Amino acid sequence: MSELAAAASDKGRIEVSHFGLSYDSLDGPVEAVTEADIVVEPGEFVSIIGPSGCGKSTLLNAVAGFLKPTRGNVLVDDEPVSRPSADRGMVFQQYSLFPWKTVRENVEFGLKMKGMERSRRETAARTLLGLAGLLAFENHYPDRLSGGMKQRVGIVRALATGPKVLLLDEPFGALDAQTRIIMQQILTNMWQRLKISVLFVTHDIDEAIFLSDRVYCMTARPGTIKAEINIPLARPRHQAMMMSSEFLALRRGLMSLISEESLKAMGGEINDDALQGLTIDTHGHTLSDML
Amino acid sequence: MVAWLALHRAEMRSVLLGAISLALFILSWHFLTTYRVSFHVRFANVPTPAQVFESFVRATHNGTLLHHVVLSCRRIAMGFIIATVIAVPLGLVMGRFRFARDVVFPVSEVLRPIPAIAWVPMSIMLWPSNEESIVFITFIGSFFPILLNTLHGMANVDPVLVRASQCLGASEFSIFRDVYFPASLPSIFTGLTVGMGVAWVSLIAAEMISGQFGIGYFTWEAYSLVQYSDIALGMICIGILGLGSSALIRGIGRIVMPWKKST
Repeated sequence: MSELAAAASDKGRIEVSHFGLSYDSLDGPVEAVTEADIVVEPGEFVSIIGPSGCGKSTLLNAVAGFLKPTRGNVLVDDEPVSRPSADRGMVFQQYSLFPWKTVRENVEFGLKMKGMERSRRETAARTLLGLAGLLAFENHYPDRLSGGMKQRVGIVRALATGPKVLLLDEPFGALDAQTRIIMQQILTNMWQRLKISVLFVTHDIDEAIFLSDRVYCMTARPGTIKAEINIPLARPRHQAMMMSSEFLALRRGLMSLISEESLKAMGGEINDDALQGLTIDTHGHTLSDML
Repeated sequence: MVAWLALHRAEMRSVLLGAISLALFILSWHFLTTYRVSFHVRFANVPTPAQVFESFVRATHNGTLLHHVVLSCRRIAMGFIIATVIAVPLGLVMGRFRFARDVVFPVSEVLRPIPAIAWVPMSIMLWPSNEESIVFITFIGSFFPILLNTLHGMANVDPVLVRASQCLGASEFSIFRDVYFPASLPSIFTGLTVGMGVAWVSLIAAEMISGQFGIGYFTWEAYSLVQYSDIALGMICIGILGLGSSALIRGIGRIVMPWKKST
């Protein structure tokens, strides 16, 4: 583990500049993301937050190397990203463990791809699983694990190859609220041990604040960076902090930024005029009251 | 023991009900044939269970039945294994490379609706020996279900698994070997099970028409020689062989795919 930490500590700077991505549709090109700039310093935990469909996952997929930017640059340690690689570990929202591999074989996969011999990668996988409290499940197949355990294995698997950066795409979106909080705690603990750069995409404001050093807030489509917020909360962080006035102030600020964008994302300007002629029974309230 | 029974109550009941159902079937067969029931359907010439058992004892004693069964099994094994060895890799390649799919698919779609039985005359012309033509018909029968199910499996590979493997540094080849192939295995095994069923249908038809040995030939010959009890014996053998071969495939499937709880 300390080897991994040492290797990661001075590396893993993500720099996205003048990023734009559009795709062709029958109605002409559609702009998904435009003029986005993002920097993640080595060892920093950064979140991107925004309404659904704002292109935050698009941005993350470009950093991973799955999508090519139409304009601008995506650099990791000053190298342009051209294809997916084990240097950039990724955790997906959908459970993405290989169902035909046991928990340990899943964690070993990246090491096997690197050509590490069997006994060494077995030891490495065991060590990591032990740290994540999953050693007892090393020989289980993924379908016997709970959702939270699957994502924990997913994180361990992404970290096993010693990547420079870790990319997470709403990894806890499918989990229940209690499990999500535990997972957030586990992720911050692992991040502090590994000193790895993290880019985390979410639509959950509490999650973004609790985890991050910095939060980028994105606008509705075409997505671009609307604001950048520093999270000066002390580390290590605990659940109790989520009730602190500092946390709540940050929450209020982000909330107002986001809700504006969410309304836009829901379809143009929603106001009382837009209601005229619709057959929605508002029981005497205006729509903005209801929202 | 009591605890075990309590845990497996549902299974025990299934086994018991299955046994009762089979016993009832044989019992009604027995009554329908011993009393020579005739209401449009005529049971007058149908052998009784006891007669069939007699001819079973006789045929096993002189070894003819075993000889026919072994020959049929050998034909099935050859046709089916050749079909698997060709159809599975072809399906995998077609599923991965659009070019291969676009080239092979039209031909396969034209040939697929032709039942294996319709291949019998052509097959006799194509192959120098009777044995080869029967194996070929068995091959044709099982080939398309295996190919199509392999393709289906490839088309339904979860893209997130492919992306996950790319993020872990997998090469093109290892994505193919470590993701596409295992992800398609359940579907491939569905194809093998269906293919095995069709292989038996094709084999029996081929043996009845052009065979000199084999369980299909045995059944048809019994009819020609007015050995009515041998007809039923042949049919039962075919049923048991079909059941056994699909059980064999399921068994192999369980060994190859230990992550699947039940298949």
